[in-house]
Amino acid sequence: MNLDFSDEQKQLKDEARKFLDNESTIARVRSVLNDEKKSFDEELWKSIGAQGWLGAAIPEEYGGLGLGYLELCCIAEEIGRAIAPAPFASTIYFFAEALLLAGSDAQKKKYLPQIASGELIGCFAASEAPGALTAASIGAKVEGEKLTGEKLPVVDGDIAQAAIVLANDGGKPTLFIVDLSGAGVLRETLNTIDPTRSAAKLTFSAASAERLGSAGEGVELVERILDRAAVLIAFEQVGGADRCLQMAREYALARYAFGRQIGSYQAIKHRLADMYIKNVLARSNAYYGAWALNTNAPELPIAAAGARISASEAYWYAAKENIQTHGGMGFTWEVDCHLYFRRSRQLALIAGAPRVWKDRLVSQLERRNAA
Amino acid sequence: MDFEDTPEEAAYRLKARKWLEENAPKNIADSSDDEIFDLQACKAWQAKKSDAGYAKITWPKEWGGGAGTTIQSVIFSQEEARAGVSSLNRPFAISLGISLPSVLANVNEETQLRFAKPGARGEEIWCQLFSEPSGGSDVAGIRTRAVKDGDDWIINGQKIWTSGAHYCDYGIIITRTNPDVPKHAGLTMFWVSMKTPGIEIRPIHQMSGASGFNEVFFTDVRVNDSQRVSEVNDGWAASIRTLMVERASVGGGDTPGGSSMNVYKLAHELGMLDDRALREKLADWYATSEGLRFTGMRMLTALSRGQIPGPEGSITKIVLANLEQDMTLQALELQDQFGLINDSRISPLTALFQQSVLGAPGMRIAGGTDEILRNVIAERVLGLPGDVRVDKTLPFNQLPKGV
Repeated sequence: MNLDFSDEQKQLKDEARKFLDNESTIARVRSVLNDEKKSFDEELWKSIGAQGWLGAAIPEEYGGLGLGYLELCCIAEEIGRAIAPAPFASTIYFFAEALLLAGSDAQKKKYLPQIASGELIGCFAASEAPGALTAASIGAKVEGEKLTGEKLPVVDGDIAQAAIVLANDGGKPTLFIVDLSGAGVLRETLNTIDPTRSAAKLTFSAASAERLGSAGEGVELVERILDRAAVLIAFEQVGGADRCLQMAREYALARYAFGRQIGSYQAIKHRLADMYIKNVLARSNAYYGAWALNTNAPELPIAAAGARISASEAYWYAAKENIQTHGGMGFTWEVDCHLYFRRSRQLALIAGAPRVWKDRLVSQLERRNAA
Repeated sequence: MDFEDTPEEAAYRLKARKWLEENAPKNIADSSDDEIFDLQACKAWQAKKSDAGYAKITWPKEWGGGAGTTIQSVIFSQEEARAGVSSLNRPFAISLGISLPSVLANVNEETQLRFAKPGARGEEIWCQLFSEPSGGSDVAGIRTRAVKDGDDWIINGQKIWTSGAHYCDYGIIITRTNPDVPKHAGLTMFWVSMKTPGIEIRPIHQMSGASGFNEVFFTDVRVNDSQRVSEVNDGWAASIRTLMVERASVGGGDTPGGSSMNVYKLAHELGMLDDRALREKLADWYATSEGLRFTGMRMLTALSRGQIPGPEGSITKIVLANLEQDMTLQALELQDQFGLINDSRISPLTALFQQSVLGAPGMRIAGGTDEILRNVIAERVLGLPGDVRVDKTLPFNQLPKGV
């Protein structure tokens, strides 16, 4: 039995944590939060690139380090713990993964080395309207390699150079790569519940679009991309949830009320114990997801759903109860609780809401049982 | 990451599997009720395992053990489950998991040699005489007295929630030897033969209909001072060690989804899998069950690497018990009015959910209540301070007492 990271991987995680403690301080996160014009921390993004993390799971032939997904999971957990204000998820979990899954050799050669070197920020544009993504909900369309339509929200859509876009090609849902600096692309930054991570509305008017994968394969590919992203995001969520528990614990030890530490009251203690329980369950489910992602196992859809459901629940609980534990100060702008609360919602929504994943999980169980 | 054995573990597994194929009894009637077993068949199997080094695998050979490792012991349990003979271990779970190890950890070598082997072989079974009507979660609040009388001690009082007392040969008992000092400072631990005159055992009838526990009454029960397991008035430290053994466990089932798949099966049979509200719940239960299963695997990984598992196992019982209660409630609702019927001949899944809905409240209490387990996580894992206590400095006999 070997459901844990190796010593080398744990060492990588420790190094990542130390690095982000210095480079992605809360002050840096807040500078993105407080500055309306700032969509991300460019300096941080550059230094993340210099660490080689962007190419951790990109094969060497495409300019990456070719380490693997377990290493990427270790980094993701620390990115999540540090609530790093950088387009890591959009570029790596979505854009790079979409190319690795469906890209031609030429497409991979064109984009992946630029991602690994930190030159290219990518994003993923599927959503258009309130409600879960379905084949019927796609309004964007491509005619003669020209894309027309709207996508929102697109995480990092205002800073990315390229997007993976879901659109109908002759009525068939298909994925496309779109150069966002080209003609016919309008970007507007959106207000969101987590300004430490940017999002945009992209409007395409006959923008050039290059097909990714086969025509009509779009919905299936999106599901496969989401399975992979869900595992990696689960590690960010686990890292964030862990940090919330740590914050709540530190406050419960430091704060006195009615003559004693509030952490000595069972009302507080039991809440923190429940945070711990949910965090352990989420971490264990995430580890299984990591295994399935790393080995490209047939169990990946079930493992990804389990990881996403469990990690979304754990981070939500930890983030909201961290505020509650901090009392009045917990919901002020100056105390950091809200930064994690915002991120917990951002991460729970960007790869599809947990309620959709719950339905998908049971559908997967039905498929498995029928087999 | 993988789910494979190391070469050494694989070799051990193969050897164990082969031995089980050749030696394990066939066609064991496997009841879902933990309290139903054939004691003589269980004892015979335990002795056979001990002779082959498969009983209490982590104990030394001279104790009737296997001189093996914890991971080997886990592997053998998995193979026993595979061979369908796990239920034969039921009468020894507390004896070999909690009671006897606590005794052996605290007595001299002569006494160790006297009790270890017969225990490992299942010839002598041990129960745990801790809880009392006045001290469940608050074990240190027990009232059963032991009073010195020459070389002997005379025990008077009542124990409760004693699993298997009716078939046990010996017990480990915690008593109050000095009521004039604060409660933790006046306790002493003994071992006692369950055949000693003055011991009376009465089964407890649980709300589920089962009778897995007993009340044990002590009336002028005489034990010798040589049966003392702790120093006089220093029994608390020893009992804390025992409780820690009881509350930690390598948990989680072996099959994907665990018992959440029973609800899936019910919904499938009733054609109700399309119910949107149920699907959401099912997914939550599945993910929670899997979280426990992988937590168990993470603990096994630590053992396999020769490390001590982290504190993650402390979540197992509280999660399982609450999950069970949630799931059984929904499973009855799925059956609608028919859910009322508790009859294995006509209720879906042979009345599994009707049985478990009545058993689940007990699961949240036995072996540490939800509340105590949350305190344990908060204080021992997260390092939060203990509650303000009124009972730490007052002498025991001056503490306020209710029912």
